[in-house]
Amino acid sequence: MNKTSNKFRHLVWPLVSLALLLLFNALFTKNFFKIEIKKQDSAQAVQALSGTAESPRPGTSWITPENYEAAGDSAEAAANAASENAGAAANAASDAAGQQQAVPEKKDGNGVSIFGYYLYGTPIDILNQGSKVMVLAIGMTLVIATGGIDISVGAVMAIAGAIAALLISMLDAGNCPGASMGPAFYWIIPVAAALVLSSIAGFWNGMLVAGFGIQPMVATLVLMVAGRGVAQLITDGQIITFDNPGLVFLCNGHALFLPFSVWIVVTMYVIAGLLTRKTAFGLFIESVGNNERASRYAGIEARRIKWLTYVICGFCAGVAGLLAASNIKCADSNNAGLNLELDAILATVIGGTSMAGGRFFLSGSLVGAILIQTLTTTMYMKNVSPAIVQVPKAMVVIIVCLLQSPVFRAKVLSVFASKAAKGGVQ
Amino acid sequence: MDLLQTKGIEKQFLGVKALKGVDFSVKAGEIHALMGENGAGKSTLIKIITGVYPASAGSVYFNGKECKFRSPLDAEHAGISTVYQEVNLLPDLSVAENICIGREPRTKLGLIDKKESKVQARKALARLDIDINVGENLSSYSIAIQQLVAIARALDVDCKLLILDEPTSSLDENEVKELFKVMKKLREEGMAIIFITHFLDQVYEVSDRITILRDGQLVGSYDAKDLPRIEMVAKMIGKTPDEINQMQAGIVKNTKFGDTVYEAKGIGRVGTVSPVDVSVRAGEQLGLAGLLGSGRSEIAQIIFGVDPHDSGTMTMCGKSVNFNSPQKAVKAKVALIAEDRKVTGIIPDLTIRENIMLALQASKGIWKTMTLKQQEEMAEKYIKLLRIKTPSGEQLIKHLSGGNQQKVLIARWLATNPKLLILDEPTRGIDVGAKAEIEALTQQLCGEGMAVIFISSELEEVVRDCDRVIVLRDRKKVGEIAGSDISLKNVMKLIAG
Repeated sequence: MNKTSNKFRHLVWPLVSLALLLLFNALFTKNFFKIEIKKQDSAQAVQALSGTAESPRPGTSWITPENYEAAGDSAEAAANAASENAGAAANAASDAAGQQQAVPEKKDGNGVSIFGYYLYGTPIDILNQGSKVMVLAIGMTLVIATGGIDISVGAVMAIAGAIAALLISMLDAGNCPGASMGPAFYWIIPVAAALVLSSIAGFWNGMLVAGFGIQPMVATLVLMVAGRGVAQLITDGQIITFDNPGLVFLCNGHALFLPFSVWIVVTMYVIAGLLTRKTAFGLFIESVGNNERASRYAGIEARRIKWLTYVICGFCAGVAGLLAASNIKCADSNNAGLNLELDAILATVIGGTSMAGGRFFLSGSLVGAILIQTLTTTMYMKNVSPAIVQVPKAMVVIIVCLLQSPVFRAKVLSVFASKAAKGGVQ
Repeated sequence: MDLLQTKGIEKQFLGVKALKGVDFSVKAGEIHALMGENGAGKSTLIKIITGVYPASAGSVYFNGKECKFRSPLDAEHAGISTVYQEVNLLPDLSVAENICIGREPRTKLGLIDKKESKVQARKALARLDIDINVGENLSSYSIAIQQLVAIARALDVDCKLLILDEPTSSLDENEVKELFKVMKKLREEGMAIIFITHFLDQVYEVSDRITILRDGQLVGSYDAKDLPRIEMVAKMIGKTPDEINQMQAGIVKNTKFGDTVYEAKGIGRVGTVSPVDVSVRAGEQLGLAGLLGSGRSEIAQIIFGVDPHDSGTMTMCGKSVNFNSPQKAVKAKVALIAEDRKVTGIIPDLTIRENIMLALQASKGIWKTMTLKQQEEMAEKYIKLLRIKTPSGEQLIKHLSGGNQQKVLIARWLATNPKLLILDEPTRGIDVGAKAEIEALTQQLCGEGMAVIFISSELEEVVRDCDRVIVLRDRKKVGEIAGSDISLKNVMKLIAG
């Protein structure tokens, strides 16, 4: 067995599963792979970039408790539209051009490409929609590799979205320092604030786990429960919508033919890969996760390493939170990132990183996240009701996990081997 | 007739042949020693016999029938019980629960009968003449007692063949004697015992027959009384007796000492060790002697900063230092090869290369990363230098035998080029050849100007190798002897008080 084959062995089964899923779609889902090149209306693009052309005052709206219900519905509708967009869009793509325009209209409003062109189709949409889990999976992988877990990332996403939306609304109203930069630039402030705040949340988790030795599941449970409350506090219990072009661009804009969120994911994976594999950080994480006490005896500052992974995980949750808020153009503290911690953990496990800690595989987690999103999108396109969508999802996940298990593979192989042997005797 | 017989057992691990056609047999009512160097295949053979691993080829006959055990439990039901080197019990359960786990007596309602299980546990322990409170947590007893509990558990089943894999490595002399008494008694009862140990004296004390393995091959089976000790060692390491004599004579003791490298005045820790003075000069080997639990390892841990001291001061090369974490000690070029290899030493799922580079990299920090080429060269160098038996540095360390794991740990610390090297029981569970190698190596390092603190429960080693010995009793320093005063008798006298 040579080195390279060992290095990529963990990727084999997730990739095989993904390939099978794509094959299924190729055979049974019409136009799944149809990708079009679209041209952005240049006037629209300019308007979106400057953000001032249409409305004299950039719009943020506060939804008060009185009209909350209606707003909640509309936010939900927006979220559903976003996730079901894939199915609808692909089907629509085969229809007349006029109809086609109608469905993705919502997205196109702010879809901007640097060169005026961008790709459009279901696979692209999978990457865009899956970007949140892909980003979360980076931090989750590192935390799980140290033998820990972070179940608060969904709540941290809500906090990040809330603070970003609050600040952007203050900036839009002009009562916040930095507003003079103009809406084309001042979105940097809420983005930075969200990332700092989510890193602090990660720091808090790290303090409980590495500093005080609380079990990771319990320690992060605190923020998982309290985090949404914090987010509610920030937004005063309301859903804040925004249309700042910079913020909306994160998950709806395009650059170099692809959704901008894809480039965020690529950048983060490249940085995470360099950080863990080109420095000793990755080795230390694996060492601490595999045998913490021995690592300490070897002179590794085990607590600091663990602490750092939680901060990174918090940061990733912040990025994911911004993507989620940007996607639906509002901060919904109740639903942003809901249950996404589970998807991130699943992506990590599917990717071959053991929950017991030790060896970790960022590339595996990336494939795992794509697999999960492909699965979700496939369900929607096959018109599986959202109420039962978790069941087939769980089935695919368990199959991939079983394939990843050497014990299971050996058992299956031995069944085949004994059958073959019997056949040989006859 | 033979109770257990193996024919042509072969075992292959990821490209490595661990066993190459081993024939081995044990009769009822004999104590059979299984001998060989680290990596000779003893443990692998045992694991195949007890169903931990399937054999790649060959067959096992037990009680005249061919057996294919699929798990240790399977073997246990057939009457083969095993006590492994490392205590494989559950520390947070009570002694009684540990003994009865998996076969708990039931009440009429099908619930666990706690009273009855305590009675059974007491009965099992009484067979070994141990009288302890079986309701107490296992972890509250010493490793020695835990080991005996493990044996009691093994005996509790209707057992025909008992396998003891290094049962004595954590026992003191009296406990070993007790164990041997038990073993002889069991032999009288007609039980067969396979006994694996690295203590050569013990082999001759109890064994009837000796089987020797080398490099996964059977060298031969002999009656213990017909096999002189030196010849047994020769067969184990594949050298003639003359060569061995030369090897032992070849250890040159360093006598040139330099300046004081490390000095501690009155370091202690409440509840661990009473304040004690320790100092080592460059090129000197300082021994810490005493019984198990006398505070030897605790002093090592205080020096290395694992358990920070709460009284006293320390200086390193004349400069005042305060090692309150291992990182600080490592940065100041102190190295500790700690006692419990499995818990505080190896990172099992990392490769040999990564295990070797770990301490050096830790002292450099995250950013100054060694290139893969540097790492590989370093691993290559130490694999050759310490004769680590492995196909490559990319092998996971958990696949190595105990002695080779220990060598990797030594390599890890030599790579940091330490000024003070602390060795806590470095020769535990290691065969003669490797022991001599490690002793020669430490002397060589002293010759190069390294200061060494050496901890061992084998007093002969301490007496043979050390230039100064601090003797401890009940977590207190009771004396210090140097130079020609160091003798087995003097050390024992101080230990006994």
